[in-house]
Amino acid sequence: MAITPPSERIWWRQPIARVELIWICLAFTWGLIMFFMMIYWHGAGQQNLSSEAYQIKPERFAERAQAMIDNYQVREENGFPVVRPPAGSDVYLIARLWQWWPILELEKDQSYRLHLSSMDYQHGFSLQPVNINVQVHPGYDMVMTLKPDQAGEFGVVCNEFCGIGHHMMVGKIYVVE
Amino acid sequence: MSNLVDFRTCPTTGLRVDKSAENLIKANAVAAVVFLSIGGLFGLLVALTRWPAVHFLPADWFYLALTAHGLDVLLVWIIFFEMAVLYFASAILLNSRLAGPRWAWTGFGLMLAGALITNVAVLRGQSSVMFTSYVPMQAEPAFYLGIILFAVGALIGCFVFFGTLVIAKQARTYEGSIPLVTFGALTAAIIAVFTIASGAIILIPTLLWSVGLVSHIDPLVYKTIWWAMGHSSQQINVSAHVAVWYAIAAMVFGAKPLSEKVSRMAFLMYILFLQLASAHHMLVEPGFSPEWKIFNTSYAMYLAVLGSMIHGMTVPGSIEAAQRARGLTKGMFEWLRKAPWGNPAFAGMFMSLVFFGFIGGISGVVMGTEQINLIMHNTLYVPGHFHGTVVAGTTLAFMAITYLLVPLIFRRELMMKKLASWQPYVFGIGVAGISLFMMGAGTLGVSRRHWDMTFADAQLPFDYPSAAYLMMGLNGIFAVLAAIGGLMFIVIVVGSVFFGRRLGQDEKPEYPEVPPQSAAVGHYGSSETLRIPGTVFLVGIFFVAFVLYYFVNWKYLSEVWPLS
Amino acid sequence: MTETSDSEEAVSPDPSGQDSIPLMQRVLDNPFLLLVLGIAVPAVFYIIWGIIEITQIPIAD
Repeated sequence: MAITPPSERIWWRQPIARVELIWICLAFTWGLIMFFMMIYWHGAGQQNLSSEAYQIKPERFAERAQAMIDNYQVREENGFPVVRPPAGSDVYLIARLWQWWPILELEKDQSYRLHLSSMDYQHGFSLQPVNINVQVHPGYDMVMTLKPDQAGEFGVVCNEFCGIGHHMMVGKIYVVE
Repeated sequence: MSNLVDFRTCPTTGLRVDKSAENLIKANAVAAVVFLSIGGLFGLLVALTRWPAVHFLPADWFYLALTAHGLDVLLVWIIFFEMAVLYFASAILLNSRLAGPRWAWTGFGLMLAGALITNVAVLRGQSSVMFTSYVPMQAEPAFYLGIILFAVGALIGCFVFFGTLVIAKQARTYEGSIPLVTFGALTAAIIAVFTIASGAIILIPTLLWSVGLVSHIDPLVYKTIWWAMGHSSQQINVSAHVAVWYAIAAMVFGAKPLSEKVSRMAFLMYILFLQLASAHHMLVEPGFSPEWKIFNTSYAMYLAVLGSMIHGMTVPGSIEAAQRARGLTKGMFEWLRKAPWGNPAFAGMFMSLVFFGFIGGISGVVMGTEQINLIMHNTLYVPGHFHGTVVAGTTLAFMAITYLLVPLIFRRELMMKKLASWQPYVFGIGVAGISLFMMGAGTLGVSRRHWDMTFADAQLPFDYPSAAYLMMGLNGIFAVLAAIGGLMFIVIVVGSVFFGRRLGQDEKPEYPEVPPQSAAVGHYGSSETLRIPGTVFLVGIFFVAFVLYYFVNWKYLSEVWPLS
Repeated sequence: MTETSDSEEAVSPDPSGQDSIPLMQRVLDNPFLLLVLGIAVPAVFYIIWGIIEITQIPIAD
């Protein structure tokens, strides 16, 4: 029994039943498939998070975001600047208690280098209803190339707990044709 | 062998039971159940708040309750119970005295003090930082101090376990290798040492930072090392509850492992690779290379998943083989149909096995796939997954074995037998519902750890799809069901332990039924003729479900915005 | 290993007798070796490798 020592002193040499052996081979093969699937997706898939990141002071990141806002602001909405940066450019999104700053307006099917960083605690960038979820750290600038392929109005929810106002932290991204 | 050690002989198993080990098992199990009830109550409050139509707690209380819920159930309940499992699997199963009972009591005291200190810190309201306490968000120093004390106490418990292995071997209290269940407990203890060491490495500097002696803790480094503790602590559970499955299969059916070699190698895969899955939490963080992510998140090419899939066959397989050896050979499933479904130890164990595999296991592997994590990270899918592993898997298994511990270790007759026979179903179905509906809400994007999914107070409006509200309502209903199941467990166990009829010295408990050891199955026949068609059918269903669900999620991923 | 096995029929064919327990069984019977392995593997592959990756994140210009 499993609660008593093995009945054979040398259990290592006991043969394995065929049915067990088949299951082990099947499970091992499935593991390899899942393992190589991740590698395959790096070549063939379009959703691979970049590992590009930089250490950056929050003030420095805020300056860069402000420069983008100053250059490309097109209007204001509920006190948030709405920024329409050129396609292909570096786009900055600040996470702070409890805002995603500014509102971005992007063009459909154009690529942008999106920079994410936090001014204070950790935050969670959760783009909805697309459902892209990325962690945002203070002190680190995470860069990803994003290519919106749908037009519309998208919410940015914070999905990492960041204090009492966490549930009020909502941002917005517009994608226009 | 010391003459000072006080033994009794168990009338059911014939094992010699060291009374100091027995007392420690009792103390740890009681503390575990106390914190399960506290943590479970907080969990109910959380679920009621996330039920949009109820929205029970105000925001500050919600975050407080969620912090306490995570701590009390993910850490305190489970590690206290694991200490009981470790002492049981070493001293009792090896027929040995426990090494250093005083040390074990010191460990217990530290764990209890630590758990109380952290709970008080959370209840004071200044430490609502969630279980994960990500820096730079800061809790009161007592919050970290309590966890550190708790961890040190648990570490002492692990060393008592290792010491007992040494003593038993030297005193030759058993022949040959340690039992498989003890080997599973050893796996849990090894992972626990790594877990606790990681916790110390990161939480001690964090404690110093909270009192101002350290100026800065890097959030990314903190998170990496914290998860070496936070995720591995749940891997202790996996190892411990798999050991519990084997133990219940042995106690209720006299089942013998199909192959000692295969089952032990499966545990070895856990020892070596299970802890790498801490990387599941680091897949969408800045800076880590795909190589690091892929190697770690796949537990080194899914070798630990291989271990789980092996246990997933060998545990039911050994039950089927034992039942068939007893003559329940009709068709594919007579062995399962005629299993003791009214015995809460078996019912809880079998549901734990099925739910852990189908709900917790599959979702964990899918969510831990490097790229797929992007569409699930920090959504409610994550708690959906781990309620499938830690609650439907571990907690249900621990509840199941408690029904055996009450008569065998506490020496009390189990009260309210009818209620007990229902309890695993009520709790199990409740928890399965919680897991599935949270996973559903997560797939629709709903954030975890979030007080208000309507965003009523936000500066900018946003609405989740209406199906998400339905999911959260159903989650609330099933959480109530699970809470009823949990309450049933606590009433039955606490009632029996304190008010149940004391069993006589040589009295064998009648319920739950534990057949005498002589009923144990010695051989299943030669390895070529081992017949477990029912189990083969069940694992076949599992495999198909796994493959389909895995690729469905790649399909979901391929539909989101291209990013690189 | 000091045990002398006289129990079962399926004892190893190894003629040397005393050292007949297979290597892998001896590994699995050695809790402290397993403890060292179980700490070393995740410490190296997850923690140390991970921290190295973090320290190599460049500083923004």
